[in-house]
Amino acid sequence: MQKSIRIKTFALASGALGILLATAVPPLSAADNSNAVPNSMQTIQIHAKRYQFEPSIVTLKRGETVKLLLTSEDRTHGFMVKPLGIDTDIEPGKTTEITIRPGKAGTYTTICDHYCGLGHNGMKMKIVVEETAAKSSAANVVSASNTVSK
Amino acid sequence: MDRRSFLRIAGASVGIGVLYEFAPFLNRSSQADEITAFFKKANGEAPANFTFAQFSDPHVGFQGPPDPLGTKAFESAVALLNKAPRQPDFVLFTGDLTHDADNRDMHAQRMQLFKKIAGGLRTRVIHTVPGENDAALDGGVLYREHFGETHYSFDHKGVHFVALDNVSQGRPEVGAQQLAWLKADIARFPKTAPIIVFTHRPLFDLKPEWEWFTRDGDVVMNTLAPYENVTVLYGHIHRHDVHQSGNVMHYAARSLIFAFNDPATNENKKQLPFDSNDPFKDLGIRLVTSKDAEDKTAALGVKDVVLTKAEFAGLSGMQQMMKHSNSPGMSSSGDSD
Repeated sequence: MQKSIRIKTFALASGALGILLATAVPPLSAADNSNAVPNSMQTIQIHAKRYQFEPSIVTLKRGETVKLLLTSEDRTHGFMVKPLGIDTDIEPGKTTEITIRPGKAGTYTTICDHYCGLGHNGMKMKIVVEETAAKSSAANVVSASNTVSK
Repeated sequence: MDRRSFLRIAGASVGIGVLYEFAPFLNRSSQADEITAFFKKANGEAPANFTFAQFSDPHVGFQGPPDPLGTKAFESAVALLNKAPRQPDFVLFTGDLTHDADNRDMHAQRMQLFKKIAGGLRTRVIHTVPGENDAALDGGVLYREHFGETHYSFDHKGVHFVALDNVSQGRPEVGAQQLAWLKADIARFPKTAPIIVFTHRPLFDLKPEWEWFTRDGDVVMNTLAPYENVTVLYGHIHRHDVHQSGNVMHYAARSLIFAFNDPATNENKKQLPFDSNDPFKDLGIRLVTSKDAEDKTAALGVKDVVLTKAEFAGLSGMQQMMKHSNSPGMSSSGDSD
């Protein structure tokens, strides 16, 4: 049984300050249980700065839910990969969280689509979705929820 | 009104930029009368045939691989248009007037140089929209100081022109405030009014992974959908492209700096190499001219334009032109579109 409210906590270092924050995310309904986020969900940190993403390649499994934690070192960057339904900004001093469950294997180019300077056009990374034995999903992305915490 | 009568596009081999010729009301009809009456009442200007040119992406301040020519192509385009026996009423510039710069002063110099080169046009009236190089980093502050508002509209001889800004928010986006403005702006016009939207980025998903799209482009197009005679002119992609969505034709202009490769056949975006034997290769004009009112064989006649070596070699004061490339505010560093 899902708890009515799931609390996620983040520890975000900001300069000399250590800040412990909690953010509430909307509860999942009973109908969404099939898409429930497993407690052992993989979490991947992706760090953006002029003009690169680190890591430059991320490998996921089709059908497996993953949480991406996006941060920026310097200024607002974009994080866009349309086939996966993701198009968000990454603001400095905040963590942007995206939960996805890719439904289709392939290699997806992710770009910064928030202009960030002269090297902007080279700022990209790859998301590789590997095939698994899991049951195929009709949708490429089951959910791409987006929460931002300071 | 017969939509084919609104916009006639044909091409000719000459040079750089795009020259459009409009014959707004070729056929007398009740719709034409309605629009004539509307524009006369709105601003006292009756619809009439006219021409204008579209230049795009001169990237003043960019110099170096793959294009060592700096502003030469832009200056050539100005010289070429000045030779036209019939001068256009105005010139539209669809963004990336300048190349982004490392500091504000340098960028301001580039904007001043753009204005100096554009000021050489015999056609004294120009209308501009910013590209991301001009306005995305500072929200358009410097651009407004030099060129005015980033979005606006005006009427000209029976055609309503809308300048849309899809760069200054940093993202490829028009934004809610401007969308509301657009809706209110065109609501003043009958659904048959000829409307030309000029902007920098494509308003449809041409190639999102190359950032050739606008996030809320579908909202823009839905706002324009009720209007029967809409054409979109844009730049950004540095190549000729024609796309139809519903009633609307989208025309991309070639740049005045270098070309990009074909998105249909390439995974990665690349600047096409400079050819010293063909210095203006892949830079060209699409001239748009009216077709005979009786010609029903095709809606538009478009002929690609190639800038030849003759245009390249025919410039006077070659050394002075090359001097511009070494002027303060020019750099050979950095990426581009």
